[in-house]
Amino acid sequence: MSSNVVYMDNNATTRVAPEVLEAMLPYFSDLYGNPSSMHTFGGQVGKALKDAREQIANLIGASPDEIIFTSCGTESDSTAIFSALQAFPEKRHIVTTRVEHPAIKNLCENIDNLTGHKHKVTLLPVDREGMLDLQRYEESLTDDTAIVSVMWANNETGVIFPVAQMAEIAKNRGILFHTDAVQAVGKIPIDLNDYTAIDFLSISGHKVHASKGIGVLYVRRATPFAPFLIGGHQEHGRRGGTENVASIIGLGKACELAGNRLEDENTRVKSMRDKLEQGLLEKIPHAMLNGHKTERLPNTTSVSFEFVEGEAILLHLDRFGICASSGSACTSGSLEPSHVLRAMGVPFTAAHGSIRFSLSVYNIEDEIDFILEKMPPIIENLRELSPFWKGNHPGMVGGSQCKCSC
Amino acid sequence: MWNYTDKVKDHFLNPRNVGDIEDASGKGEVGSLACGDALTLTFKLDADGRIEDAKFKTFGCASAIASSSALTEMIKGLTIAEAENITNEDIAEYLGGLPKEKMHCSVMGREALEAAIANYRGVPIPMAQGEVVCECFGVTDLEIRRAIQESDLKTVEEVTNFTKAGGGCGNCHERIEELIREVRKETREEARAEGVPKKLTNIQKIKMIEDVLEREIRPALRKDGGDIELIDVDGDFVMVSLRGACVSCIASQTTLKEYVEKKLREQVIDTLIVEEVKK
Repeated sequence: MSSNVVYMDNNATTRVAPEVLEAMLPYFSDLYGNPSSMHTFGGQVGKALKDAREQIANLIGASPDEIIFTSCGTESDSTAIFSALQAFPEKRHIVTTRVEHPAIKNLCENIDNLTGHKHKVTLLPVDREGMLDLQRYEESLTDDTAIVSVMWANNETGVIFPVAQMAEIAKNRGILFHTDAVQAVGKIPIDLNDYTAIDFLSISGHKVHASKGIGVLYVRRATPFAPFLIGGHQEHGRRGGTENVASIIGLGKACELAGNRLEDENTRVKSMRDKLEQGLLEKIPHAMLNGHKTERLPNTTSVSFEFVEGEAILLHLDRFGICASSGSACTSGSLEPSHVLRAMGVPFTAAHGSIRFSLSVYNIEDEIDFILEKMPPIIENLRELSPFWKGNHPGMVGGSQCKCSC
Repeated sequence: MWNYTDKVKDHFLNPRNVGDIEDASGKGEVGSLACGDALTLTFKLDADGRIEDAKFKTFGCASAIASSSALTEMIKGLTIAEAENITNEDIAEYLGGLPKEKMHCSVMGREALEAAIANYRGVPIPMAQGEVVCECFGVTDLEIRRAIQESDLKTVEEVTNFTKAGGGCGNCHERIEELIREVRKETREEARAEGVPKKLTNIQKIKMIEDVLEREIRPALRKDGGDIELIDVDGDFVMVSLRGACVSCIASQTTLKEYVEKKLREQVIDTLIVEEVKK
């Protein structure tokens, strides 16, 4: 089965690189020692962790002691936000965006219940291309603002935010800055030596060809920090719990590979993405790109096909083994399209029919051709079923009592 | 990923009766692009007043397309009066069930059918007459009341799964809760006053059948060294398999009809038909 899979859903998760798996395996068998142990047997594992920590730090221009291992990107995000709120208990304002991942979005929505204190949360809007208004951002900051959390790149559209610049603005006001960089790390160059205003940065292992269940929170040296999980002395008391050794070793290897593959990602992968995107937009009428054309990750494209529904498209693609995802309502079990597309003001004729393809270095050109061959008839067939499509053009949009804002 | 039955997948991938009937006897349009699903249903009556053809066009997910396709198959050959009795549960059942979050797709099918029948009769769509409760998806109190009553809904979430009402901004959740309280109270009172059980859901029906089998029928058969096993329930058909002494008993068919079927009809629903499945 797996040989017939065309996997273009790498923003959801990635395959574990064979080199990563190989690096991990000994730590499931022979090298089972606890890195905290005093004996040599455990100590050699501790040494391997140290090397992995360095490999990870190298990829993002950090120093190893700024790397804290967590269980996932979500834990990293929660740790950063709660840490900042505890560092400034008198400050009750958080600034974030309307298009964050649920790890930040739902955390901020529930922050009052979780902390037992009333907070104000500013959700910065985005424009039609998914971009932020920096002026508006600057005006949103107040003396009461404890932390700003802005994703580096959006998971649905791939749109990149100017986080380095935004972090500078926050720093000048004495405000901590966190960025959820799970989609950006390994896809675009990140050097925290240059971006000195970023205080916290979240990484997720399974988005960079390491395994699921491992994350990293980068915490800049001298940034006030309070642990989220309290327990043993691991991570210098900044995160309790015995280390997920094999996954950490794997993530180290994955980061080393990602550094070596950044160029491939930004040339070959990007050109495959562009070919796919242009092909879809050319071959299929009434299709549109979601998100800024250039300020974008090299691997992601989100295209909307008007008058058809995303889940139906995905299930047809699935028949050919093509894996993608959709921001449509039906795929999520909610009844409205994704909050990202709604925040961007994507018209409702298109919001329900969005498909995201996210590539990786493991994709090949033939797969792009395969999708470009399969996709047009799928859309054509579904449009023939659609009451809003008459012949080869959109028909009347009728029979509606619906007043929703999407 | 949704857990769709093979029948849902089949009707999605090979939809039956796609299109518009030009000189339709009745046409119903429900839903909208904004809402994420929409269905146009047309049907044509023959000289005897039976639906000789039905066609659909649907914008929506796999289960919306499958529900529409199933509906057109189901109504062909029926009279208007017969077609009117089709409920959303019937559509879901025809498809071997739908995920609970997708029940609204079957409701959309039924509403399109009602709209088409209303159009044929030249009367307004009954369900559109009520007060609009959910502004986001344009759902009226009549639609919500009926769903609560017929599908025995107890929570706002269930109402959302069936009608989409409350699935948007959430402002109408309180009103939906009110409706649930109202309808459930009415239903209880009605049942008490008339002593008539309301239409059973599939699961209720199966549970009651199992109960009667366990409590009365199996003990009676066991006395004669026989036994019975429930194999399946499909609509009114109760498929059973006879065991032990019953297998070779000449009178077993009489037992099945005169005793088992009679008992089940008395205690569950009086339309049940018991059939033996030979292994």
